[in-house]
Amino acid sequence: MRSRRQRIPFVISDDYLEYPRRRYGMDHERYAWSILPRREKVTWPGGARIALWVIPALEWFPLDMKGQPFKPPGALQTAYPDLRHYTLRDYGNRVGIFRVMKALERHGIRASAAVNAAVAARYPALLSELVSRNWEIIAHGLDMDHLHYEGMADEQALISKTLALLPKVRGWLSPAKSESHRTLDLLAEAGIEYVCDWVNDDMPFRMQILYSMPHSSDIDDYAILVNNHHDEDEYRDQLVDQFEFLYREAETQGGRIMAISLHPWVIGQPYRIGALEAALAHIMARRGVWPATGAEILDAWKAQRAAQGAASA
Amino acid sequence: MKRDPGLYDYLPYHRRPKIEWPGGARVAFWVAPNVEFYELEPPKNPSRAAWARPVPDVLNYSARDYGNRAGFWRMMEAMDRCGVRGSVSLNVAVCEHHPEIIAECKKRGWELYSHGTYNTRYLFNMSEEQERALIQDSIDTIRRASGQKLDGWLAPALTYTERTLDLVAEMGLTYICDLFHDDQPAPVKVRKGRLASIPYSLEMNDVIAYNINLVSPRHYAAIIKRQFDRLYAEGEESGTVMCIPLHPYLVGHPYRIQAFEEALAYITGNDKVWLATGREIARHFLDNYYDAFAKAAHPVRDF
Repeated sequence: MRSRRQRIPFVISDDYLEYPRRRYGMDHERYAWSILPRREKVTWPGGARIALWVIPALEWFPLDMKGQPFKPPGALQTAYPDLRHYTLRDYGNRVGIFRVMKALERHGIRASAAVNAAVAARYPALLSELVSRNWEIIAHGLDMDHLHYEGMADEQALISKTLALLPKVRGWLSPAKSESHRTLDLLAEAGIEYVCDWVNDDMPFRMQILYSMPHSSDIDDYAILVNNHHDEDEYRDQLVDQFEFLYREAETQGGRIMAISLHPWVIGQPYRIGALEAALAHIMARRGVWPATGAEILDAWKAQRAAQGAASA
Repeated sequence: MKRDPGLYDYLPYHRRPKIEWPGGARVAFWVAPNVEFYELEPPKNPSRAAWARPVPDVLNYSARDYGNRAGFWRMMEAMDRCGVRGSVSLNVAVCEHHPEIIAECKKRGWELYSHGTYNTRYLFNMSEEQERALIQDSIDTIRRASGQKLDGWLAPALTYTERTLDLVAEMGLTYICDLFHDDQPAPVKVRKGRLASIPYSLEMNDVIAYNINLVSPRHYAAIIKRQFDRLYAEGEESGTVMCIPLHPYLVGHPYRIQAFEEALAYITGNDKVWLATGREIARHFLDNYYDAFAKAAHPVRDF
């Protein structure tokens, strides 16, 4: 049964079958190809098996957001003015974060807060709370409506403006993990030491410029509870399963990192915070868990890589 | 464009020649890990964008790279512990990019079959010559990297032309994983040659479970067990096929791999299971049942 009527075909040029980057390793220069279980073992301070890294994101979604070049996760949704989503996101900054703080303080866990510069500028009282707890601040872009992308206007100025509104930071998490081809270069020039946008590894690794830290897009309250519609018990189970596997793996492969990405407007709801508390209680009941900030984990990792004489991860 | 793909006749599930698998097994069980390479900046195909976000899509690119750096190795160990060989649905450029992965597959006697060159190069709109060149690349690359003859095919990112399956049959492949119409193998009607459709399953595929149906890891394990239980029971009447298609970038995460391994161990704990590769299932079907199935099928008349 061959068709008689043919649609007018698109034409594929023959260079579609040429592969100039078909070669050993990656198809770009940002970092080298590296196999996780074949690296030298890392030992965390005190002989810990797991470095526990908690990263609450403090976000501000402007009421007039444009969503360019795409809408980030959690973006406003209705016609202007979308009060319902604007205020629910802001709930995290007013209420949710303080439930998260309490849950962490019970175990003496200091977090790395990924902070939109807009949050620091608009809510200096919140910034003081973070600083007074000796948390690490990670720059999380200007706000959730300033993404980084090819063809954007003056990315360098955006980065400068963002960093000027924040205390001195070492780490960067782009809003929605968005980057242009120049983002890493511009961040390095601005004094940033590590980025959290790449989710290809469970450990830090050396990029061509900067270091990558394994900030998770999987062990993430928004991904599990909001995007996947799993319930609170399932969220807790997934954190526990992640931890238990890494804990076992660390026995033979060396120290691992358990990264927990949080959005206080999601996990900070009264009916949800207990799931995080239960997972943390499970994790902290184990021996060999080292709660640390991203910068502390990176320092411990770098010191050992230097001792091992490794040029790259 | 056609109303009917024209690739198979109608054959009701309960009125077929009885399939007997080697050793009296009820289910031919195979695991098909998709070992893929997605390009950061692929050329454009007018029918499909490679990335959900503008290039460079750092989040989605790096999420897939995770499979090769971390996920593959955990998946491989879980399969080793259960004594399951893989039939790798391979973007063949992985032979150049990550030969360490190919070396592990060879060491274990895993089958390598073609999933195109890259998962970011689509067949949509290709000319016949272009498509032939791409299939020939797979035949040559897999031969060179592993010494294996290429037998199986799953189109890259499930993209096709009307002639894709005709060409893979003509070029000497014996089976395809592209049709989802059955729980037993089936003849595929192609211009030339004998081609078998081997059940591959989108329902059991971790990319569908995790990225489309958004299930939890423990629920994924539960549906694998349920799927197996039913196919095992039905396999008493006539042999069935169960495939678990995997993507190391998904199943290889710490919070997912343990539940998967438990489901795999559940299946291999049954005695009437044939732990096979895609190639072995296709060979058994082509040698013993292809003709009888083709003869028993009812031609479909368009109206």
